[in-house]
Amino acid sequence: MAKERMTGAMAVRRSLEAEGVEVTFGMPGGTILPIYDAMFGGTKVRQVLIRHEQVGGHAAEGFAHATGKVGVCMGTSGPGATNLVTAIADAYMDSVPLVAITANVASPLIGTDAFQEADITGITMPITKHNWLVTDVRDIPRVFKEAFYIARTGRPGPVLIDIPKDVLNTELDFEYPETVSIPGYHPPQREEPRLRDAAALIRSASRPVVYLGGGVRTANAHAEVLAFAELVDAPVVTTVHGKGAFPETHPLCLAMFGMHGSRFANYTVQNADLLVCLGARFDDRVTGKLSTFAPDAKIVHLDVDPAEISKLVTATVPLVGDLKVLLPQLTEEVRRAFAAQGRADIAPWKHKVADWREKHPLRYVQDPKGELLPQYVIERIWQKCGGQAVVTTGVGEHQMFAAQWWKTTAPRQFITSGGLGTMGFCLPSAIGAQLGRPGETVIGIDGDGSFQMTLQDLATARDLNLPIKIFILNNLFLGMVRQWQELFYENRFASTPLSDCPDFVKLAEAYGCLGLRARTVEELDPVIERALANREGPTIIDVRIRREEKVFPMVPAGAPLNDMIDGE
Amino acid sequence: MERTEILPTGTSHTISLLVENKPGVLHRIAGLFSRRGYNIASLTVGPTERAEYSRMTIVVRLSSKTVEQVVRQVQKLVPVVEVRELLPADLLERELMLVKIRTPERNHAELRALADTYEATIVDVSPDALVIEAAGTAGKLDALEDRLRPFGIHEICRSGRIALERGFKTLAPPSLK
Repeated sequence: MAKERMTGAMAVRRSLEAEGVEVTFGMPGGTILPIYDAMFGGTKVRQVLIRHEQVGGHAAEGFAHATGKVGVCMGTSGPGATNLVTAIADAYMDSVPLVAITANVASPLIGTDAFQEADITGITMPITKHNWLVTDVRDIPRVFKEAFYIARTGRPGPVLIDIPKDVLNTELDFEYPETVSIPGYHPPQREEPRLRDAAALIRSASRPVVYLGGGVRTANAHAEVLAFAELVDAPVVTTVHGKGAFPETHPLCLAMFGMHGSRFANYTVQNADLLVCLGARFDDRVTGKLSTFAPDAKIVHLDVDPAEISKLVTATVPLVGDLKVLLPQLTEEVRRAFAAQGRADIAPWKHKVADWREKHPLRYVQDPKGELLPQYVIERIWQKCGGQAVVTTGVGEHQMFAAQWWKTTAPRQFITSGGLGTMGFCLPSAIGAQLGRPGETVIGIDGDGSFQMTLQDLATARDLNLPIKIFILNNLFLGMVRQWQELFYENRFASTPLSDCPDFVKLAEAYGCLGLRARTVEELDPVIERALANREGPTIIDVRIRREEKVFPMVPAGAPLNDMIDGE
Repeated sequence: MERTEILPTGTSHTISLLVENKPGVLHRIAGLFSRRGYNIASLTVGPTERAEYSRMTIVVRLSSKTVEQVVRQVQKLVPVVEVRELLPADLLERELMLVKIRTPERNHAELRALADTYEATIVDVSPDALVIEAAGTAGKLDALEDRLRPFGIHEICRSGRIALERGFKTLAPPSLK
């Protein structure tokens, strides 16, 4: 391919085109102007103008999660770049492939405390897989190639490219590289010698459990996981990011365990003699008190990131590699082991698990005349759309209610901020998810506190006529913190009551969106139906729920996983 | 959380790294150690046989299990080409020390003899002070330091350890050999 003379800014555009980027989320500013100018007209890369860079970052995450593609966000130097920090940290914690592009002040000004200067590569070092400050315009094509490669391979994650304005305006001979060669970056793909050991453990386990995390999604290994779990015929539990990894309507699925998991899922994990952990990392929100976690269990841990192996829980058999490649090999190995040597009797275990499931179901009682309960609202939305929707959430009680009650049936149906726990995530990620999956129903389940952190981007959703439906489960509280205050701080509700402001219906209308409200069981169904029917643009639904409703069961922070409290 | 290794306890481990010689690499590595709570006992960095790579030697005092974690975390940094703990049996390590002794001239002869014992050199002499240069294992330098203390140590500068493995082994992955 012949090289072509162009500016650094045009090289950025051509690099994004070469990577097949469909959409970027960002806002222009003084230093990033050359990129926006190069993108103006004539490119297939769609520019979505957001109203705050954090939203651009989360929207890119939502797009990436919903589609499996790399998300791209942009910001100008200084505050534009620092506003991206929360989204980048969020993507790092949740292994979301994200390329953040920032401009910086001109090279001669770097280090002089110039106007809108921030050392964004220094700031984002701990929260990116890698980042670059491009000082030579000729590096742009190589850096972009490496950036996209690093973001999406191995354990995916965010990267950041920072380019000083003068570099964007300098010319280079552009040619996009076809391959990358990074001496220090080799995603593991080796043959795993210990598959047979893992199969032997599975064969001899009498109380096996399959534990799924977000790694199933990032590896797109849903089909492989289903085949494995059905062969092993063991109960399946998931983390919040494991939602969607396995159909929650499947008879083997016990759904989420952990701090707000069901009693039956937590009892199952605690009593296992073998945990087969696929693409998960033993986060404190799922293990409870680490020293008492699944005390009898041997651990088979398969993960693409070797640094996750035995980080918190020592693996009996560690398997490092790509789930999509390794898991079918493990399945075959198990099949051979079962055929050759049979397996331990797991029937008593399955009876025990079924018994727990029957005795300790998740439950709530909605009084038809009483205040709405969030669990009921979520179940009604699910029923009205037959579970056929992509759900995004904010962070708080509503998020855990959604995790408990929204049954995912297909991959990439539940988009949430799990690791960092970023309030304000719902609306931006709904915007990104709807852009990535235009024909589908995208539903946001948000809280009144969480929604108010990023609500200005209703304007973005309106600009794009995105038919997202954001249900605000409004309890006029920062509910999760309030729950902790009630349970652990003697009802001292410091700074958690929220005023009844703004009026979310009027707010929606001010932004040109459809605003709806439901207060009672009677009002709820028609409102859900109207929201689902609105394809013209965004719908905001203010659902007034019982103010003091709490998420149960709950494992208090630092308590053993089977030491749950209920509201009863 | 049951993490008790924030403080520099445990035995000393020597970790050797081959890193890309690019701006910010030291920042990336030092930042990783600090944010994960791994205390660095010493860190040295310098050029290697190839201009594009630098070699770093980091000494930490941690349990063996934690050191495995450190190595895996460091390996994830993109500019880190290779990283390994150098095991004591294979370890060749050296450190450089400069010691300034403030002492009257009448003690100089005795100090010269002491320096000779430790294969150290006196590199600067003035009427009331002298500077001794010594190289060797950390243990040897510690011993010399102890012997010098009665003379009045005015200032010490130690380089931190550098290390290689004995024999033919190298740190570089096959593609770079």
